[in-house]
Amino acid sequence: MSALEIQNLHVTIDSKEIIRGLNLEIPKGEVHAIMGPNGSGKSTLSKAIGGHPDYTVTAGEVLLDGTNILGMEPEERARAGLFLAFQYPVEIPGVSNANFLRAALQARLPEGEELEATEFYAQMYAEMDKLEMSRSFTSRAVNEGFSGGEKKRNEILQMAMLKPTYSILDETDSGLDIDALKIVSAGVNALRGPDRGFLVITHYQRLLDYIVPDVVHVMMDGRIVRTGPKELALELEEKGYDWLKEEVGEPAGV
Amino acid sequence: MNTDTIGIERGIGDFSYPEQHEFDAGTGLTPATIDYISRVKDEPDWIREFRHRALAIFAAKPMPTHWASRDLENIIFDNIRYYLANGQRPTRSWDEVPDDVKKTFERLGIPEQERKFLAGVEAQFDSEAVYSNIKKAVGDQGVIMMGSTEALKEHPEIFRKWFGKVIPTSDNKFSALNSAVFSGGSFIYVPPGVKVRHPLQAYFRINAENFGQFERTLIIADEGSEVMYMEGCTAPKFETATLHSAVVELVAMKGAKIQYVTVQNWSANVFNLVTKRAIAHEEAEVKWLDCNIGSRLTMKYPGVVLKGRKARGEVISIALAGDGQHQDTGAKMIHAADETTSNIVSKSISIGQGRATYRGLVHVPKHLKGCKNNTECDALLINSKSRTDTYPAITVRGTGNAVQHEASVSQISAEQIFYMQQRGLTEAQAMSLSVNGFVNDLVRQFPMEYSVELKRLIDMEMEGSVG
Repeated sequence: MSALEIQNLHVTIDSKEIIRGLNLEIPKGEVHAIMGPNGSGKSTLSKAIGGHPDYTVTAGEVLLDGTNILGMEPEERARAGLFLAFQYPVEIPGVSNANFLRAALQARLPEGEELEATEFYAQMYAEMDKLEMSRSFTSRAVNEGFSGGEKKRNEILQMAMLKPTYSILDETDSGLDIDALKIVSAGVNALRGPDRGFLVITHYQRLLDYIVPDVVHVMMDGRIVRTGPKELALELEEKGYDWLKEEVGEPAGV
Repeated sequence: MNTDTIGIERGIGDFSYPEQHEFDAGTGLTPATIDYISRVKDEPDWIREFRHRALAIFAAKPMPTHWASRDLENIIFDNIRYYLANGQRPTRSWDEVPDDVKKTFERLGIPEQERKFLAGVEAQFDSEAVYSNIKKAVGDQGVIMMGSTEALKEHPEIFRKWFGKVIPTSDNKFSALNSAVFSGGSFIYVPPGVKVRHPLQAYFRINAENFGQFERTLIIADEGSEVMYMEGCTAPKFETATLHSAVVELVAMKGAKIQYVTVQNWSANVFNLVTKRAIAHEEAEVKWLDCNIGSRLTMKYPGVVLKGRKARGEVISIALAGDGQHQDTGAKMIHAADETTSNIVSKSISIGQGRATYRGLVHVPKHLKGCKNNTECDALLINSKSRTDTYPAITVRGTGNAVQHEASVSQISAEQIFYMQQRGLTEAQAMSLSVNGFVNDLVRQFPMEYSVELKRLIDMEMEGSVG
């Protein structure tokens, strides 16, 4: 099955259940958006799929093209084609952007095979140009001293270089001004295609003006409560989340 | 595997050949041990007397456990052998080196290295140098490089003038021990104005169990000369404690420059207790680049006595304390003239139960003017059990002298590791990259061949310590 499928997922952190039986299917070639109020579990979902050790999956499956990835280490999931664009990209002091990307690409090669350096740099420069990133970023330490917008562009650069099959973008729009938002969105749109799937997590509809989704899901209290076409995002923007809360009612088990 | 690197990695170093020593001073340390060593080495009376005086000082001095690790009490001096050698003069030809010694050093990569980029090589096996060679062009400029045993005989006038002058016998218990039983080590003299373009390299190899290696190195850079010296150290892993206690004295005359690079990779049973100090005369520069990986306990605080106006001293040090290891390292800067400057940058990494301690001493007396010191010490902790301590002792008196001191302690966070894993790196690779990033600015100051090797040593250390 060519899709990222999430089936009846339950996730706890510090023994508190945050994701409570979530179902979602992102077929290859589609862009899905998840919207939802703060605290609905959106970021937890992306971390749990990525394999963050603080998040415990108590039930359910996450299938990447038919393979359950939940037993895999985070790096195995990444190498299988999963990418997380972080809401808060992490700084790695002393490690240059170029070296980090090289190490990440090198880790995907079979043992004994060396990454071709000139090709790597040519490709990286081309991607950086698209994102309007200065060449000086290659030698700067990963995310260290970067502005919010620079960090998000750097996430998209990594995504472009690593060419994942499925990407989860966690609040990529937070902290971006409108110009940066356009550049980042263009970067994502350039990667869209029949062989890739995207899950865009956002709090605001604004991002979806630039990255237009095929499907919009609404998440509340650890579940998908509504799924609809892209117009659903506009409806949420206009009416807020409260009407949905009333409609869905108090979740069971609380 | 990259054959260009200096082969001192742990896996490569962990082997030994059967011992065949013609000369063995036996176990334990008495005046008779000293007489035996002196007789075997056919030394002049003044050296034998020097050794006896040193032994008395060693015996009288208490273990410095009031400030240093109590682990020192686990050194049983009576169980150690103080002199092991084959009675052979160091050869200039690699072909004449005995087979097992040759195999040892070939596994460590010495002959290739020499051909590639070194101006001279000295290789010590247990107590004595087995091989010593300097490129003809360098020797023709009057540069001397030989073992201390030979230098004592061939260049007594230079040797005696400087020997024991930078580090007096009574400096500490282990400098006294070295002074009593020293053997081997390098003697280097660079004549005025001669700039040695390629590094001189020494290898110190311990092969025998229950053994103490006590090399004595003396480097004199005459006026306006320049030299870089590099040393690599290895030993196989034995169950019992092995002792390495060197004394290294450097003299930089007016306007001379000395760079002294150490990459030690001792096995985890070695007590490494080393005294290193330099005197920098007017406008001279001495830079210690010191990397401490391995050993059970290392205590080493390279120092510079800034004796002449505008002299400059620098210590760049990296220490990596793995599980069960204690790296107690630091630097000493004694300002003794106007307008002298010193710089200390120390980075330590503690893994698991590993412990890193920084001890610094910066002394600027009241009557001096225009002196500057900069001290930075940064510690990186990997997992909550590791421990780091910083003891900077900075005494600056008088006005018109400037000192700055910065210290930091950081941890590799779980978020950082997860981020890197999400990009496809294993936990060990992520740790290695983070650690290499932490020391990156210092590693770049090491010669290329060493910086590549350092990175590999760190990678291996991290692979061993994670999952």
